Amino acid sequence: MTVEAFVFGVCAVVVLVGGLGVVMSRNPVHSALSLVATLFGIAVLFLNLDAQLLAAVQVIVYTGAIVVLILFVMMLLGVDKDDDLETEPLVGQRVLAVLVGLIMVGAVLAVIIIGGHNAVTGARSVTGQLAGGYDNVYELGRQLFTTYVFPLEVTAGLLTIAVVGAVVLSRRPKDVQPIPEPESMIDQGDEPLTLTHEEGAH
Amino acid sequence: MDAQNLDLAYLALAAILFAIGGVGLLIRRNPLVMIMCVELMLNAVNLTFVTFGKMLNDITGQVIVFFVLVVAAAEVVVGLGLVVAMSRRRPGADADDLRLLRG
Amino acid sequence: MVHLIWLVPALPLVGFTLLWFFGKRIGEPLAGWLGTAVVALSFLTTLVVFAGLWNEPDHTFQVNYFTWIPAGDFHVDIGFLLDPLSMAMIMFITGIGALIHLYSIGYMHGDSRFPRFFTYLNLFVFSMLMLVLGDNMVLTFLGWEGVGACSYLLISFWFEKEANASAGKKAFVTNRVGDWGFMVAMFMAFFTFGSLNWTTITSQAPGLAQTTATFIAVMLLIGAVGKSAQLPLFIWLPDAMAGPTPVSALIHAATMVTAGVYLLVRANPVLAASADWVPWLIAIIGAATLFIAATIAVAQTDIKKVLAYSTVSQLGYMFLAVGSGGYSAAIFHMITHAFFKATLFLGSGSVIHGMHDEQDMRRMGALRKVMPLTAFAFIIGWLAIAGVPPFSGFWSKDDILSFALHKSPILYVVGLIGALLTAFYMSRQVFMVFFGNARWGESGDAELAALEAHQTGAGDAADTAAAGSHAAGADDLGDATAADADAGSVAVATEHHGEHVTPHESPWLMTLPILVLAFFAAVAGVLNLPFSESTEFLNRWLEPVVGANQAVVDESTLQLIVELTISTIFALTGIALAYAVYMKRKVDHRKIELPFLYNGWYIDHGVTVFMGGPGRKLFDLVALFDRVVIDGAVNGVGRLSRGGAARLRTVQNGYVRWYALMIGLGAVLIVAFILTQVSFS
Repeated sequence: MTVEAFVFGVCAVVVLVGGLGVVMSRNPVHSALSLVATLFGIAVLFLNLDAQLLAAVQVIVYTGAIVVLILFVMMLLGVDKDDDLETEPLVGQRVLAVLVGLIMVGAVLAVIIIGGHNAVTGARSVTGQLAGGYDNVYELGRQLFTTYVFPLEVTAGLLTIAVVGAVVLSRRPKDVQPIPEPESMIDQGDEPLTLTHEEGAH
Repeated sequence: MDAQNLDLAYLALAAILFAIGGVGLLIRRNPLVMIMCVELMLNAVNLTFVTFGKMLNDITGQVIVFFVLVVAAAEVVVGLGLVVAMSRRRPGADADDLRLLRG
Repeated sequence: MVHLIWLVPALPLVGFTLLWFFGKRIGEPLAGWLGTAVVALSFLTTLVVFAGLWNEPDHTFQVNYFTWIPAGDFHVDIGFLLDPLSMAMIMFITGIGALIHLYSIGYMHGDSRFPRFFTYLNLFVFSMLMLVLGDNMVLTFLGWEGVGACSYLLISFWFEKEANASAGKKAFVTNRVGDWGFMVAMFMAFFTFGSLNWTTITSQAPGLAQTTATFIAVMLLIGAVGKSAQLPLFIWLPDAMAGPTPVSALIHAATMVTAGVYLLVRANPVLAASADWVPWLIAIIGAATLFIAATIAVAQTDIKKVLAYSTVSQLGYMFLAVGSGGYSAAIFHMITHAFFKATLFLGSGSVIHGMHDEQDMRRMGALRKVMPLTAFAFIIGWLAIAGVPPFSGFWSKDDILSFALHKSPILYVVGLIGALLTAFYMSRQVFMVFFGNARWGESGDAELAALEAHQTGAGDAADTAAAGSHAAGADDLGDATAADADAGSVAVATEHHGEHVTPHESPWLMTLPILVLAFFAAVAGVLNLPFSESTEFLNRWLEPVVGANQAVVDESTLQLIVELTISTIFALTGIALAYAVYMKRKVDHRKIELPFLYNGWYIDHGVTVFMGGPGRKLFDLVALFDRVVIDGAVNGVGRLSRGGAARLRTVQNGYVRWYALMIGLGAVLIVAFILTQVSFS
């Protein structure tokens, strides 16, 4: 067993357990912490795949900023009490959801197993060599600022818009209108199409 | 040899993680937990891209992940803003309480 | 000069338009004079056109004014076909029409809607002219429907009384049954010939397949049976007597009812190309009608009803002629019938007017002393219809009988019996009205009571004019005997219901037309005397129209004389029988005037019962089918859509998670599908 395989095994377990923890925890704070575990596992996997910069960015941005943000909002809104996991108002939602998940996994696994290495059909080494002479940061930076500079700039604009949007959305409104309860769909009933017996013959 | 087999294992792991995230998104009602499930799915996708980059010997996989990270961050920010706005109107609201747009 | 033909229908149309808009303002009697003037001018124009038509080849003139309905290859034009047949008809239509208009000025005097009457009359004349002159089936049908509508309007002219309105409706609805036949014939003709032009149809008819020709002929026959009041659709004509007498004279004696015969004569090539049983059918319908109607007429007590059934019977003769192949005989009888029946109807109108709206013959009698001019004209009409030589009816009826004999001896015998009955009931009418004792005085009361007790039977509800509700008042003004000696002067009469009336002669406006018509009724026989070919004017005149299909009856002079003698004997026998029964009282008339006959062989009654009972159930069934099946199907589609949509809309329940699930489901299905299509190399 190589080091890589061992690391992969351990991280895989961490990731999956963390994922299950996110989904199945009653307390949202526990979910957040499980998410942290998953993200860490992913970061180590990135290292395994020779994506050093990304591993670092993952820890800093994802774990360090996004999860923290989520925790802040949780504390802000006081949503730290336990959720109700037993009831499900929509009929068939859980069954169908699990089914969907299973089929999705099954499909992808089928592709991987049957296809083997032919499952990945892209062209090799189009843009830049991964394992070339240069190290990862250098290569990533070079591609970002030459081939992909336009998406980069657009993304920067996107970030700005997101920030402005968030500020606008979370402003305290002057009059808080409560979310109304929607009308029932079943009770509306159908009027009879013709009033043949009341109107009489035409 | 081993490295190649491992690549497929990475893909399989990502697929499973993606499914877990998807199912969680459909089942949980708490908006914050739903956002976290979305993060799970995005991470699975990131893993897949990086693996592809490794398999195809191309840096593009990692570039894409870079962008995904950025956009995910923006998206979480806006999503949390929505959650905050929603919770102001109805404290303790969950995803099922927003169902005015119905046929 | 033939180009003036457009004036002939245009003048009544102008009259109609003017009277429609300005009639009320013009008022009585100017409206009447206007209506009469346009029709009289129209008649004069027909004379001019007639003179011009002599020069045309085959005496036929066709003119096309404009295209009314252009529809691709098919087009309907406004055009006139002026051939010998239509020429003959427009002459007597306008001539008799003008005389009846003149008469109406006097008859409708004092009516609140005097101008409106002439409006309708003018419209009627216009429609009838279009019917006859139209060069295609659509124009003929236009006129056909127009005269039907005018008939309805005029029968119900005094619509304030419910029975009159009902009579109008009955006429219209019964006609409609016939109109259906006409329409189907039109459809079939268009389908077969590609055109509805009469010239095209008649010229191409000999090449028709027999079944097609039979179908068209039978459908046209249905139309004719409805319009010309033959068995079984004659039930509207007696009820139509609810209209004013000029209407009865013009429409239901002289013109509209002859439209059916006209149609059959016009379509004679189609009849010739049809199966052999078609002419037989026509002849049998005619024979049955003439017999049944004649027997019914024997028992009627209303002066106009006798004439109505008489009209049905005479139309039966015309149908018998058509069926026997004697088209020109049918037209001949149509013309003479127009004259004498108009005379009789106008005369009866004069009697009714003079008797102050009394129409029951049992209350009349000895009127010849009071109304000599009317009596004179009426008697001439009577002799003509009875078939007494040398009056016109004798010649035309014998013409028909010779064709009937040629077809079958049985038909001939039926025709002779019909002639006997005709003579009988007409003589009965004349004796009851103009001769005998005056029953409109005190002396007649007891006799009247006895008569009335006999006549009640399950009856004709629409027998409006029977005036049976006159309670015989005990007082009598004592004028009866005085009026007896008072001949010809207009006596002052009291008009209260329930008291005795004093009859008087009618004004010149009414008696003049009657006398003119009586003159023609007397002499019209010269149109077609059978003695030699040179005297048979009408036969020769109509030859371009019917010559090819007219049956050829070869008679030796001896045979002819024998026939004429037999006809005369039958006619005189009928008169003698009537004299014996009604003047000499040798036989109790109650034995002859059976309730069965009085109630019209219960045919009308049967129709009413059927329509009220099983017929109604059938209609209800049809209505039910319409409501449940057809409406149900249409509504059901709607309900299905709504129901389905209502169920479908539950998919969009507003839950975001549900939508997400649907997205996931869809994506998974697509992926699964793609995977089945993909092959791994």
